[in-house]
Amino acid sequence: MEKKRVLELSIIANKVRKNALTAVYTPGSGHPGGSLSIADVLTLLYFEIMNIDPKNPADPDRDRFVLSKGHTAPALYSVLAERGFFPVEDVKTFRNIHSYLQGHPDMKGVPGVDMSTGSLGQGISAAGGMAIAGKLDKKSYRVYAIIGDGESEEGQVWEQAMFAAHYKLDNFTVFVDFNGLQIDGDVKEVMNPTPLDKKFEAFGWHVITCSAHDFNELYDAIEEAKNTKGKPTAIIMNSIKGKNVSFMENNAAWHGSAPNKEQYEQAIKELDTLIEKLEVEYNG
Amino acid sequence: MAKKATRESYGTALVTYGADKNIIVLDADLSKSTKTDMFKKAYPDRFINMGIAEGNMMSVAAGIASTGKTVFASSFAMFAAGRAFEQIRNSIAYPNLNVKIGATHAGISVGEDGATHQCLEDIALMRSLPNMIIINPADDIEAQLAVKAAIDHKGPVYMRFARLAVDDINPADYKFELGKGVTLSEGNDVTIIATGLMVAEALKAKDILSNEGISARVINIHTIKPIDEDIITKAAKETGAIVTCEEHYIMGGLGSAVCEVVCKNCPVPVKIIGTDRFGKSGKPAELFEEYGLTAENIVEQVKEIIKLK
Repeated sequence: MEKKRVLELSIIANKVRKNALTAVYTPGSGHPGGSLSIADVLTLLYFEIMNIDPKNPADPDRDRFVLSKGHTAPALYSVLAERGFFPVEDVKTFRNIHSYLQGHPDMKGVPGVDMSTGSLGQGISAAGGMAIAGKLDKKSYRVYAIIGDGESEEGQVWEQAMFAAHYKLDNFTVFVDFNGLQIDGDVKEVMNPTPLDKKFEAFGWHVITCSAHDFNELYDAIEEAKNTKGKPTAIIMNSIKGKNVSFMENNAAWHGSAPNKEQYEQAIKELDTLIEKLEVEYNG
Repeated sequence: MAKKATRESYGTALVTYGADKNIIVLDADLSKSTKTDMFKKAYPDRFINMGIAEGNMMSVAAGIASTGKTVFASSFAMFAAGRAFEQIRNSIAYPNLNVKIGATHAGISVGEDGATHQCLEDIALMRSLPNMIIINPADDIEAQLAVKAAIDHKGPVYMRFARLAVDDINPADYKFELGKGVTLSEGNDVTIIATGLMVAEALKAKDILSNEGISARVINIHTIKPIDEDIITKAAKETGAIVTCEEHYIMGGLGSAVCEVVCKNCPVPVKIIGTDRFGKSGKPAELFEEYGLTAENIVEQVKEIIKLK
């Protein structure tokens, strides 16, 4: 990708991070850490990769996206809002009793959400269902899903891994948000799911490892997945939980707790500074 | 007419109504037993074997349904409603997706396989889910028409089929109406409400009672959810006592559903015939006898409940 395009995407991704934090701060609950770690890949998918139209979110030929780690809905809602599926201001209503923006993604209520998720392990299976449906109908759409590294402790993830390889679903790409942390701490201490690359390989997947925060690496990985025939692709993204907010980075405590006023203002200030810097670079 | 198991009817109906290219059938390595192998043979391109992975099957069914297809997901009741309950709840019922769960080998009539395979709680589990429709057919024609009704209904449906071959109780020109109970026999002294294979026992009980001068109404409830409130309330008002009978735990099944209606609209004594313990190995007829799922026990319970009127 051109440097200017990367800068544009970086600016959007950090706006998505701001919106996600606002979404969590307003009701005082939600999952900021894992939302910040997937902001870049979501931005790349919705602004560069996926064939989608905010004006026609139910287009049968669209590419699909399933957030299997549904607790990071703030990031998904924020990227959908930035992309024009619904007003950006609405993210402030997240988790409110009068809002359509449920604590975990609800496909019936939110334009652009392709599957209701939240119960770990199920989203990846539903995404595999969409992929095989595309094969049965000889449609060219692609299906993307993001699972968490902690989520890969769910047995259902591996039932789906077996299924997608068995049916050669090469229209299916799964990202693993490998930030190394789950609610109770370091994934390697809680219940070590590694080596994830070797596991997916052993199940018959094409596997690519890259940074979750480098748009060029991510873009190349997705292109490689598109060009891989006869098997699904797993992209293991090395990510930083809480990315771009200094005090949230690599801290499991921010898995599922909201910032207070002071912390929220500090986080927004840091992201605004970063966005300003990116804009200067973009305009210069 | 030869006896036929409702699982066989399921397979037959999938072939009959499965010509529609929008229909996809999934099975978890039990296609020879659930009879989805009949569909597989007729429409191999639209049959997907999921292997022994029921949780994944239910969520995959949801994903396929999200693209606009009608998806049947089949396994034994124990591994569909039981093993995959939470997938059915969160991937299918919550988003109200168009998935039909074809659950065979329900109830104690599974027989020799014993307790691990005799699902006696599936109605209770499925009844607790918003958006879920539950159909428990009594014979071949009802089972086949239930499949058609499930296809016509947009949204999740749980169909409960049995392994045991049984006689027809409905006429050849039987009309199936989703959500409507069927009065099989009029009566004034008591009402017997049954579902699935127990409908045949209810009819036998009615004949025995008739010989003893007791006039029993018999109602077949094939759709357990949504339940036909009108037919139950009318029966409570007109006969003043109800006995229910099902191959299920006493808690949470047809009997509970009937009590919920009766309590609200017209409180009368209700006796629930079902089980309160795990199943065991044995021949279906022996198990029906041991667990009280017989015409004779229905007769006994009717005589008891009439005293409470």
